[in-house]
Amino acid sequence: MEKNVEEIFQDKIDKEIKIEPKDWMPDKYRQTLIRQISQHAHSEIVGMLPEGNWITRAPNLRRKAILLAKVQDEAGHGLYLYSAAETLGITRDEMYDQLHSGKAKYSSIFNYPTLTWADMGAIGWLVDGAAIMNQVPLTRSSFGPYARAMVRVCKEESFHQRQGFEILLTLSKGTVAQKRMAQDALNRWWWPSVMMFGPKDDESPNTIQSMRWKIKRFTNDELRQKFVDICAEQVKILGLTLPDNDLKWNEEKGHYDFGAINWDEFWQVVQGNGPCNKQRLETRKKAWDDGAWVREAANAYAEKRKRKQSLHAA
Amino acid sequence: MSDPNTEWPLWEVFIRSRQGLDHKHVGSLHAADPQMAIENARDVYTRRMEGVSIWVVESKHIHASNPDDAAALYDPANDKAYRHPTFYNLPDELKHM
Repeated sequence: MEKNVEEIFQDKIDKEIKIEPKDWMPDKYRQTLIRQISQHAHSEIVGMLPEGNWITRAPNLRRKAILLAKVQDEAGHGLYLYSAAETLGITRDEMYDQLHSGKAKYSSIFNYPTLTWADMGAIGWLVDGAAIMNQVPLTRSSFGPYARAMVRVCKEESFHQRQGFEILLTLSKGTVAQKRMAQDALNRWWWPSVMMFGPKDDESPNTIQSMRWKIKRFTNDELRQKFVDICAEQVKILGLTLPDNDLKWNEEKGHYDFGAINWDEFWQVVQGNGPCNKQRLETRKKAWDDGAWVREAANAYAEKRKRKQSLHAA
Repeated sequence: MSDPNTEWPLWEVFIRSRQGLDHKHVGSLHAADPQMAIENARDVYTRRMEGVSIWVVESKHIHASNPDDAAALYDPANDKAYRHPTFYNLPDELKHM
């Protein structure tokens, strides 16, 4: 019997029929999706912090308005994703607890510091660029609420990347110091961005099942290669370079070859030892704790109004 | 661990994207009361002029059909092809019908 429902389930997925929250699904599918979607939501929320760092110091009003809108979008993306995860039976507070206790992960990239204004450009171009590369295939996720949330996210994400490239382009045409600042930002953000696609395929044991369930459409290495190929061309427009001496076009493969990734650094950051892991979590926890009185007051106010209304009705 | 009873209730959000169109479900969010739910929905779901009207309904008030019953529930509609205009075999020279 059990095998039968599982066969029906896989059959739907093979036919590209979306799975909706109340449909039967294997427990592992549910758990994997809760992890995937909540991690994604956490990444959007923590991802506001490195850029929030520069809102007050944006070089002009135009840039400040753009950066504010971008960070607000990220809050929105976090909220779309949390509510998609909630349809699978986990509560919002449970997810926050997992984030705040360090049990849940978020994208490692946000554990790097944003040292100069040029970092806003590098984050937009590279970090959002890598995120888009990951997210576009997820608009076809087999889980309906996640796929629909990703459609909305991807629509909004495009300006994030373009504004980042524009920042770098402006700096690259500026003074020597500005150009140097842009290059320095690329030097620091390139490798962490390449790592955003996750471990190599042969060290990513869940990939096969996730691809069978169509909650992952391409492997980490496939997406990473696509990202490198695109960036290696785009960087030429900036007149800057990517910090990889081994980066060169391979005619035979039709792809760029690139240098070895420092996986030790990747795992160190994943395990909590990146430059800003502690600071990011503490900022999130503080925001949550400091907001406690607001949540309580809003509840109390809603209660009071409900009581008043029922008095009127009586 | 936070107390589950203090979590703001969940609301389903429906948005009319343009005058003349139906409200359509777009997602959900948490809010303490209806007014906050509408304001949050404005911020979360209409940052790019996606709507001209918002409905919010507390999720606990939504009653849904069970997907396991789908076969039985929709079966009566299945064998009534005569409800569709194409069921009727009429001569080609018949116009405006």
